[in-house]
Amino acid sequence: MSEHHKETFITKYIFCQDHKMIAKQFLITGMFMAVVGMLMSAIFRVQLANPGESSILYNLLPSHWLNEAGGLNPDKYLALVTMHGTILVFWVLTAGLSGTFANFLIPLQIGARDMASGFLNMLSYWFFFLATVVLMSSIFVETGPASGGWTIYPPLSALPQAIPGSGTGMTLWLVSITLFVVGSLLGGLNYIVTILNLRTIGMTMQRLPLTVWALLITAILGVLSFPVLLSCGLLLIFDRSFGTSFYLSDIIINGEVLHNEGGSPILFEHLFWFLGHPEVYIILLPALGIVSEVIAVNSRKPIFGYKAMVGALLLIAFLSFIVWGHHMFMTGMNPFLGSVFTFTTLLIAIPSAIKVFNYLATLWRANIRFTPAMLFAIGTVSAFITGGLTGIILGDSALDINVHDTYFVVGHFHIVMGLSAIYGMFAGVYHWFPKMYGKMMNKNLGYIHFWGTFICAYGVFFPMHFLGLAGLPRRYYTNSAFPMFDGLSDINSIITFFALTGAIFQTIFLFNFFYSIFKGTKASQNPWKSNTLEWTTPIERIHGNWPGELPVVTRWAYDYSKPGAEEDFILQTEPLKEGEVEH
Amino acid sequence: MDIALRNTVKKQLLWVAMVAISMFFASLLSAFIVEKADVLNWNEFILPNYFVLSTGVIILSSVLLLFIRTKLRKQESVFSLVFTVLILGILFSYFQIKGWQQLTNQGIYLTGAGSNISGSFLYVVTLTHLLHLLGGLIALFISTIKSKRNLYSIDNYLGLELTSIYWHFLTVLWITLFCFLKFY
Repeated sequence: MSEHHKETFITKYIFCQDHKMIAKQFLITGMFMAVVGMLMSAIFRVQLANPGESSILYNLLPSHWLNEAGGLNPDKYLALVTMHGTILVFWVLTAGLSGTFANFLIPLQIGARDMASGFLNMLSYWFFFLATVVLMSSIFVETGPASGGWTIYPPLSALPQAIPGSGTGMTLWLVSITLFVVGSLLGGLNYIVTILNLRTIGMTMQRLPLTVWALLITAILGVLSFPVLLSCGLLLIFDRSFGTSFYLSDIIINGEVLHNEGGSPILFEHLFWFLGHPEVYIILLPALGIVSEVIAVNSRKPIFGYKAMVGALLLIAFLSFIVWGHHMFMTGMNPFLGSVFTFTTLLIAIPSAIKVFNYLATLWRANIRFTPAMLFAIGTVSAFITGGLTGIILGDSALDINVHDTYFVVGHFHIVMGLSAIYGMFAGVYHWFPKMYGKMMNKNLGYIHFWGTFICAYGVFFPMHFLGLAGLPRRYYTNSAFPMFDGLSDINSIITFFALTGAIFQTIFLFNFFYSIFKGTKASQNPWKSNTLEWTTPIERIHGNWPGELPVVTRWAYDYSKPGAEEDFILQTEPLKEGEVEH
Repeated sequence: MDIALRNTVKKQLLWVAMVAISMFFASLLSAFIVEKADVLNWNEFILPNYFVLSTGVIILSSVLLLFIRTKLRKQESVFSLVFTVLILGILFSYFQIKGWQQLTNQGIYLTGAGSNISGSFLYVVTLTHLLHLLGGLIALFISTIKSKRNLYSIDNYLGLELTSIYWHFLTVLWITLFCFLKFY
C-alpha cells in the first residue's frame, strides 16, 4: 500500500523524510555552494590575470581581505583557493552529486517506497546543512578561513599560529568536515541497505540500472574511506588543540622551539590520501552511472556490455584503495614503492578504458537524440578521456616528479574529476528535472549552456597543461614575481577570460532551472521514453512513490529498440512475451 | 515494510555502521604501525593492569548477553541480566579511567613536553573506544528501562538485539585493540 500521508509545511519541505525532497534539498544546497565556489575561483583568477590590482569582483569580499590599493591580500588568495577546493570536492561533487541522485534515484529505480531509514536520511541532510553553515561561517572570521590548501597538510593545519588561516578558520574547517563525514556516512549506510533489501519483486541485481550500481559502489567506497578521514582529522585536532605530536616534529616557529617530537606530516598524507583517492571515485562513479543511463536512453540502444560495466565499476572501486601513494611521489618515497603505486595506478586505465569503449560502442550507429542531458553525458565521456590521458603521465612516478604541484596537475584533475563529474551532474539534472519538478527545462537554453560551458572549460583547463609543463607552480599568489614566467602571463589572462565567461554561462543554467520550476512546460509522465521504474510513478509527488502496489519488474533496464517490439522502449514492468528472451 | 524486513534492515544498518567504525580503528592502528617503524625515539609502554581487568569485565558482560534469547524464550524477565551488563559496562569505563591514571603514574602522557607519540597513540585509541562504548552504555540504559517495564518478548526484542550486537562488537573491538597494544 502507498505510504502517502498528510504533510505540514515543516514535514514536507524542512524536516522531511521523503527521499525525493531530501534529494532536492541536497541539490539546492549543492547548487548554492557551487555558486560560492565558482565566485571564489572567478576572484582568484582575476588576481592571477591582474596581480595586485583592484577589481569590481573584490566588492564581494570583506574589506579587510584587500590591501590599501584595493588588491587581494596574499593570505586571502590562499584562503579562496582552499575554500574553492574544499567546497567543490566535498560540498558540490560529493554531497551535491551523490546526495542528490542517490536519494532521488535509488528508491525510484529499485521500486521502493523510500529509503531504509527515512529518519537517518533526513539526519544525513541536516548534518550536511550544519556542516555548510559552519564552513561558510569561517569566511567571516577575522583571520579568515582555512588557507593551507584543501588537503590541509600539516604543519600549516596543525599549528594555529602558523598562518592567519591556521587559527579559528582551520578549527571551523575541521568541525565542518567532521559533520560532513558523519552526514555522508549516515547517507551511505542507508543507500547500501536500501539497495540490498528494498528492491521490488523481480528487481534482481542483474536487472539494476547502472545508475544504482554506481551509487551502491560509491556508498561502499564512502563507508570504507570516510572513517579514515575522520581518524586523520581526529589526530590533527589532537595535535592542534591538545599539543600531541602525531604529525609534528622539530618545529621552530617565530624563534620558539616547540616541544613536538617524533611525529610526521607524511603520516597525515598517507591517511588523507587513503580517503583522498577513493574520494576521486566517490565523485566520479555517480556521474558515470548517470551517464550510462542518459546515453542508453538517448541512443535508443541497450547499454553495450552491461556486465563489463558493472565489473569495471567494481574493479575501479577496488583499485582506488591501493593507489593513494601516487599523490606522494615527492615525499621521499622509496622508488620501489613508487613503482608499485605506479603499477596499481596505471591498472585503473583498464576498467576505465572498458567503460569508455562501452559508451562509444553504445553510441556507435545509434539513433542519437541530442538533448542537453545527452550532450553533457557525451561531454562527461569526453572529459574522462582527455583528463584520463594526462592521468597516465601523473600516475607514473618518473614523469610525475617533473610536473608535481604545477598547473599540469590542476589541469588534469579539473578535467578528469571536476568536469567529468559536473557534466554528469548537469546531465542528471537535465534528464531527471521532469521527474523532480514535473516540468521541462528549456532545451535551447540547455544547448547554449552546454556549448558555452564546454568551450570555456577547455579554454580554462587545456592551457594549464602547458603552464605546468613550463614549470609554473600551483597555488602561487602571483606568477609575475619570477622573470622566467613572464612569457606565460598572456596565457594566464586567457584562462581568466574563459573562467569568467564560463561563469556567466552558468547563470543561464541557474535561470533555466529556477524559471522552469515555476514557468516550465508541464512534463508528461515519461518524456524521454525511458524504461526504468521512476517513469512509472505519478507526475505529482507522493510520499511512497506509487499510489497502489509496488511495480513488479520482469526485464532489465535497457530494452531499447528491441527487434519485434512495437516501440523503441519497453518499460521494466512490461512482462516478457511468450518466447521472448530477456536480453 | 513488514516487520521481518524492517528488523533485517535495522540490523544491516548497524552492521554497515560497524564496518565504518572498524575502518576508523583500522586506520588508527595502521598509523600506529607506520609511526612505530619510523619514529626514532618511540617509547615502549607496558599496558596497565587495569586494562587486563577491563578486558575480563567486558568479556563477561558479552557472555551474559548471550543468555538473553534463552531467558526470553522461557518468558523470564531479562531486567537483572541487562542491568548487570550495564553495571559491568560502567565498571569497564571505570577501569579504563583507572588505567589512564596508572599510565600517568608511569610517566606516560597524552600530551605535553614529557609525552611521547607512542603514549599519545595509546590514549587516543583507548579513548575513542571508550567514546564508542558510551553509545553502547546509552543503548544499554534504554534497554534496562524497557526490560524493567517488561517491554521485551521473544517476538519483540529488536532494540535489545541491536544493543547486544553492538556490545559484542565493542567487546571484539576492545580485545583486538588490547592484543594489538600488548603484543605489537
